[in-house]
Amino acid sequence: MEVKKIDIKGIKYDEFKDNEYLEQYAEELRKNGTNIVVTSLDKIINWGRSNSMWPFTFATSCCGIEFMSVGAARYDFARFGFEVTRNSPRQADVIIVAGTIVNKMAPVLKRLYDQMAEPKYVIAMGSCAISGGPFCNSYHVVKGVNEIIPVDVYIPGCPPKPEALLYGMMQLQRKMKLERFIFNKKR
Amino acid sequence: MFDFQIVTNWFDELLRGCMPEFWVLTIEFVLVGVILLTLYALIALALIYGERKICAFFQCRLGPNRVGTWGVLQPIADMFKILLKEIISINHIDKVLFYTAPFIVIASSFLAFGALPFGKGMQVLDFNIGIFYILAVSSLGIVGILMAGWASNNKFSMIGAMRSGAQLISYELSAGISLLTVVALAGTMQLCEIVEAQADGWFIFKGHIPAIIAFIIYLIAGHAETNRGPFDLPEAESELTAGYHTEYSGIQFGFFYLSEYLNMFIIAGIATTMFLGGWMPFHISGWDGFNAIMDYIPSVIWFFGKVTLLIFLSLWVRWTFPRLRIDQLLHLEWKYLLPINMVNLVVMAIIVVYGWHF
Amino acid sequence: MEKIKELISNKLPNAIIEEGKYLTITATKEDFRTLAEIVRQNDVLCFDYLAHICGVDKDGKLGVVYFLSSSADMSKNIVLHTSTDDREHPELFTVSDLWDTANINEREIYDFFGIRFINHPDMRRFFLSKEWKGFPLRKDYADENPLSLESVEIDDHLSRLTFENNEVIEAEEKVFEDEDYVVNIGPQHPATHGVLHYRVSLDGEIIKKVDPHCGYIHRGIEKLSEGLAYPQILHFTDRLDYLSSHINRHALCMCIEKAGEIEVPLRAEYIRMIMDELTRIASHLLGWSCMCMDMGALTAFIYGMRDREKILDIFEENCGGRLITNYNVIGGVMQDIRQDFQKQVSEYIKYQREKLKEYHAIYTGNVIARGRMEGVGIFSKEQAISFGVTGPAGRASGFHCDIRKVAPYSLYDKVKFNEVLRTEGDTFARYIVRLDEIEESLNIIEQLIDGIPDGDFRNKPKPIIKLPAGEYFQRVETARGEFGVYLVSDGEKTPSRLHFRSPSMTLVSAMDTISRGEKIADFIAIGGSMDYVVPDIDR
Repeated sequence: MEVKKIDIKGIKYDEFKDNEYLEQYAEELRKNGTNIVVTSLDKIINWGRSNSMWPFTFATSCCGIEFMSVGAARYDFARFGFEVTRNSPRQADVIIVAGTIVNKMAPVLKRLYDQMAEPKYVIAMGSCAISGGPFCNSYHVVKGVNEIIPVDVYIPGCPPKPEALLYGMMQLQRKMKLERFIFNKKR
Repeated sequence: MFDFQIVTNWFDELLRGCMPEFWVLTIEFVLVGVILLTLYALIALALIYGERKICAFFQCRLGPNRVGTWGVLQPIADMFKILLKEIISINHIDKVLFYTAPFIVIASSFLAFGALPFGKGMQVLDFNIGIFYILAVSSLGIVGILMAGWASNNKFSMIGAMRSGAQLISYELSAGISLLTVVALAGTMQLCEIVEAQADGWFIFKGHIPAIIAFIIYLIAGHAETNRGPFDLPEAESELTAGYHTEYSGIQFGFFYLSEYLNMFIIAGIATTMFLGGWMPFHISGWDGFNAIMDYIPSVIWFFGKVTLLIFLSLWVRWTFPRLRIDQLLHLEWKYLLPINMVNLVVMAIIVVYGWHF
Repeated sequence: MEKIKELISNKLPNAIIEEGKYLTITATKEDFRTLAEIVRQNDVLCFDYLAHICGVDKDGKLGVVYFLSSSADMSKNIVLHTSTDDREHPELFTVSDLWDTANINEREIYDFFGIRFINHPDMRRFFLSKEWKGFPLRKDYADENPLSLESVEIDDHLSRLTFENNEVIEAEEKVFEDEDYVVNIGPQHPATHGVLHYRVSLDGEIIKKVDPHCGYIHRGIEKLSEGLAYPQILHFTDRLDYLSSHINRHALCMCIEKAGEIEVPLRAEYIRMIMDELTRIASHLLGWSCMCMDMGALTAFIYGMRDREKILDIFEENCGGRLITNYNVIGGVMQDIRQDFQKQVSEYIKYQREKLKEYHAIYTGNVIARGRMEGVGIFSKEQAISFGVTGPAGRASGFHCDIRKVAPYSLYDKVKFNEVLRTEGDTFARYIVRLDEIEESLNIIEQLIDGIPDGDFRNKPKPIIKLPAGEYFQRVETARGEFGVYLVSDGEKTPSRLHFRSPSMTLVSAMDTISRGEKIADFIAIGGSMDYVVPDIDR
């Protein structure tokens, strides 16, 4: 499927900012032998998956409060079907790393990630999760969660605004729609 | 009022006309099974959507509105995803119990679901012990929950399952006795006869005070049996992460999820059948014209309308009250509901004996 | 205070007594225990509230500083110093039997400086894992701890040092017995409000023992501050207790301003105070809603969050940030308020007063909620003082500890407000104090909002701020209790030691005492009513 055909309800392709990245991502997948020509059955599967991302309630610091705000009345991510926050990693689809990850927490985060069932996605929310943020010189802070687990979407900000989180989740939806489920050996 | 039995009888005769009885029965079994399964899934999906939308409105939110018009396709998207999610195999678990538990839970709710009279003539099973059967099979689910909690090898699951066991066994008593009150009034346990007996007035009106008390107690006890707030201790999110199904993923979790919603439907269905006349329209004895107009509304709509009302009531309670504590929960049952219920049963018996009901 | 001075100089002639802003007494390692006992138990004025306790590494000596107040009169303070030369095996005497709050703080000092406390019941590392090499807040610390993804076993053996015949003897004990049914609550758990780890041993549903385990979000802010100039440090304070970010920053700014004698314009003071109170309301709203969520009432949670957004709107328009405002700067505030600020705030006050009634209707009056909260988790006044539990939790036990009243800063001595005090000390008292305080905060804002004077909003200090050598304390009342700043300056542009007194830490240390014998469901409710913020504990 053409990357340009990926659409999110209400927002046109051109209105997204990181389209170059998405195209590049599709190109990379193609080069590595992953077929991204999505069949119609895949389309339905991806439609289901991308519209039902159940986040895992995982928050370490300030960004967690903004995550809660997104769940509350004003921003309400239930509109997108994300409101079923699961407390058990087994049942969640996307882990939103909201806040600083320190050395002591790193094994725990990795373990939680390992406990999640495939397909699973990671969003790094806030500058601490991206790079260590203001604390990156500290002796006890991990300089970005990508040292521990693979990250799909980075959301900058300290803490990011709720709109930014929603935007990031929509970007993840777009990324999901590129995937191929059936006959895909290199999943 | 249209009797659905006309359709089923016609179909039965049609099949009998062209094939031996064995095949007729097989085809009918399969057909009924498929129809029930579809209905089961559809109702569960509708309930999931309904709950998410209703709770959103209680909370000044919008609820799902992106997937399909007004977000109606949201639960379907969820189901697609849950079906294709990985089922994690976990070490140090009791494999047999772990994998059978979701099936027991869903089978028990399915068995109870099949016995509900959805409309006039629309009932799969109609024994003479119908209500007894429903109570028996619906309480089988607790076995599955206990198995899930035990087999998961997880302390939270274990506590959740034990709480669930204590809760269901105690509230089963109240539910049973309050239904017994109605059985005493109806004089039968067969569901279709119970519904027919309410043709000139629902039992909640006929049995007046004791019936109303029994109805309220049944709603409380039934609500507790579905493990939903304020009785959601077995899966108390803030205490036990996810309770007995903490370790389940993918479709196994989906089974627990579906059966939770369906149990809500079953409880509302039983309450409707026993107290609110089931599919029977709203009749006032003597007002023939009024009764005739009411009969124009199909029986299925009556049944589902009443069930929806009761489900809405339970959602309202669920999203308003905080959670009870385990000792308060058991206090409520053993110190208040059960004694009231027993006295109520005796009162009802006296009323029936002396004919003081309408 | 004179009498106390006399008492000490009679008993301990070797102690060095200095009079500055606070009465400061320095004692040697051997004398210190006697000094602590005198200060804690005397007939004149017993200092039963230990506000700060923090380690310092100064002039090659490892020392501990104690900042004490008397609960009878919180404006009377005393500072104790003690230190040891031994850097290989530094050992001091514990005071954890005199002040309960010292228990957890001495573990923190052990973790940061390696000072071991003799007779302390539980000498484990508090934030860092057992395998961690070195003590990070020592001046000669070199980081040699690579990131490891191996799951580590939790240190279950606590060593206890006893002092007999001039010899230190080490003994080992276990936290939990082998047959205890220990449940892990956290580090990832919806009810711990962050990454706190409780290990709870249960007897059925009844709690036998709670062992809090911190450090899952220990970011080393105190060490980082030592390498940064004063204006650069400010942004860390916002991220400590992110729910009272503005108040924390106010504390550090005030501390630096007082030390450097930088004047703050009156307009800035007004703006700061209004913002402080708005922050407090936002925090209490969140605390209220999270407590309701912990007890299973999700709708109440959403209601609280909904009204909190109104405050965040005001913040966003005036400060630029929603949660972390970065608004206070040394000498004033970052930028002037917008023109319609007064109107916005006045509208909000009206709105919030209406909504408070709704909260009482939806939750306070609920039968189940009352049953869950009343008479549960009782915490007495003496315990509250000894554990240093301040803020709404302390006031619910009857501890008169509102810093805004007892040691007014900014303009708090000019406004009229009541200190909400209750005596029950149960979960319900902690719950209702928070709601009542929202009302008091609204009153304070109402008194200030129309009187904001014209003028500058900031006195621009010199770009490089150097504070005169010495030690400085500043205490403020955040939404969780007393937040303190302890700053040691060498006269350089960076601090030599910066310690934050975290109100949440004392709340967590009290959890074991409060929740013993309660049910596990109540444990969650008590945790909600304490309303701690985990990054504030770990710093």
